[in-house]
Amino acid sequence: MKLELNDQQKMIQKMVREFAEKEVGPIAAELDEKGEYPTETLEKMAKLGLLGIFIPTEYGGAALDTISYATVIEEISRKCASTGVITSVHNSLVSYPIMKYGTEEQKKKYLPILAKGEKIGAFAGTEPNAGSDLGAMQTTAKLKGNKYIINGDKTFITSGPKAGIIIVFAVTDKSAGAKGISTFIVENTMKGFKVGSIFDKMGINANLVSELIFEEMEVPKENLLGKEGDGFKIALNTLDGGRIGIAAQAVGIAQAALDESIEYSKQRQQFGRPIAKFQAIQWMIAEMATSIEAARYLLYNAAYAKDKGGRFSKEAAMAKLFASETAMNAAIKAVQIHGGYGYTKEYTVERLFRDAKITEIYEGTSEVQKMVIAGSLLR
Amino acid sequence: MNIIVCAKQVVDVSEMKVDSSTKKPILQGVPQKISDIDKNAMEEAIKIKDKHGGKITVLTVGPADAKERIKELLAMGADEGILIPYPDKYDYHVVSTLLTEAIKKIGEYDIILCGEASIDLFSGQIGPRLAGLLGIPQITYAQSVNAEKDKITADRNMGDKSVTTESTYPVLITVTKEINEPRLPSLMQILGAANKPINDWTVESLADGLNPKIDAVELNGIPMERKNIIYKDNVDESVKNLVDSLAKEGVLR
Repeated sequence: MKLELNDQQKMIQKMVREFAEKEVGPIAAELDEKGEYPTETLEKMAKLGLLGIFIPTEYGGAALDTISYATVIEEISRKCASTGVITSVHNSLVSYPIMKYGTEEQKKKYLPILAKGEKIGAFAGTEPNAGSDLGAMQTTAKLKGNKYIINGDKTFITSGPKAGIIIVFAVTDKSAGAKGISTFIVENTMKGFKVGSIFDKMGINANLVSELIFEEMEVPKENLLGKEGDGFKIALNTLDGGRIGIAAQAVGIAQAALDESIEYSKQRQQFGRPIAKFQAIQWMIAEMATSIEAARYLLYNAAYAKDKGGRFSKEAAMAKLFASETAMNAAIKAVQIHGGYGYTKEYTVERLFRDAKITEIYEGTSEVQKMVIAGSLLR
Repeated sequence: MNIIVCAKQVVDVSEMKVDSSTKKPILQGVPQKISDIDKNAMEEAIKIKDKHGGKITVLTVGPADAKERIKELLAMGADEGILIPYPDKYDYHVVSTLLTEAIKKIGEYDIILCGEASIDLFSGQIGPRLAGLLGIPQITYAQSVNAEKDKITADRNMGDKSVTTESTYPVLITVTKEINEPRLPSLMQILGAANKPINDWTVESLADGLNPKIDAVELNGIPMERKNIIYKDNVDESVKNLVDSLAKEGVLR
């Protein structure tokens, strides 16, 4: 057994790290402050193939494995968690289900556009009254002639105001419960598609998150993804992959917190010496580094399980649970190490602190991850 | 247009630390990379190839793990790599002789591109030595290059002035960091690099009885001494004193 990236994965990691240091890091604080979407960065990322990571080469993607994907999301998130989650959603929650469940026509139509970054992807599952409880979904889709008419509201949609291709879940058969949910590939230009209000959030502020409102939205019949009633299965399977992305994002944030803490504690002088000389600081750094290493291995383990084929819900949930808590704890310690300065917007750790929290919440809260883990153990 | 890029693997000097008691640089565990300015040479080669077509060969004298670094240049856009291992003992004479013999073995070439110097030892000798040994014209410190069909023009960075120089082919050009911004390879290019060849050429196949002419006796880090001057007067006074001090040190002119 080899706990190491292969040469190709290392090269990818190095390339993305260089890109993130040069293009993502320098503007991260400004985008966060202004709540500005990283449109230009995404264009640059598309040129490097980072928006078509899983997509097969015949559709213009790189057809890479999940471990490579995890390193990409980690390295981007290390410099900007907002850009990290946008990339994660685009690749794992939009391109991936089209690849896995799409017809040849759907793949030909949508995958090249996603790979080139001509349109950014969003995933619309959550509703005001239905998050991880997909069974409570209220958005409906009714077949009328050769179109589905979709009505309902979705909320907390990453890239909502910017996305051109949206994976939408809606109930096609209310009597069938979870088995009555279907999945649609929706374009933002379709009649009846509307962007609702944009949320004013605590963190990941460069990621514009909004409501999506569907009023008699007309979606061509051929945009049904999979069969009617496949929605629940597609959502669960897709979210398992998405959780690997969030785990990677969390590891990136945690690593950034550690990077900042190491640098600061070596420079900051108190009582005549750098604070890195104090055991209190050393222990915090040691604990952060140890948790990050463990989180990263759980992340690789989940990614490896996905690439191997078969179920990986438990592995993904464990990685997401542990990595997100690691990110939050690391961010708390990083702010503590920075003292008063860490509480100001002048220092990166303040942003990391706000960004870390969301990783414990979206794509299934920590509590939901525990449900998934326990569920797979107590079957 | 056939282009040869000479690239060196070096330690990432920004990650290097100096042992404060022995003054020796700590080289163990320091990541390796392609010398930054050699990447500029690579980028310029790609630009010339984009314009005129042809082939780019990367030539390296270095340790076995330099192959990983050559792959990065293949991902950027080189077509082929050649790795010659370091002999047991080597200096600029040995390395430039090996490179020269390798270039002769490659045979056809129009342009040889090198960085002006490597970022680790920064002697700047390899390019000029190669041109001398091969008996071809050289343009050093090029900060911009314009390759045309029958001639090449380059602006040489001479510090406070630049000199425009023209040459026919074949020519050796060393470039400075300002010449361009090296591109990052895309994921697809990284994947594609796996299928590009890196050939191993032995020292013996290129030259016999090579001996270094100089010995590296010692390698020491130079500690940076800070002056630790703190200006504590009111702001106006402090700024005045700071400016005076900077002027005295020759920082401001």
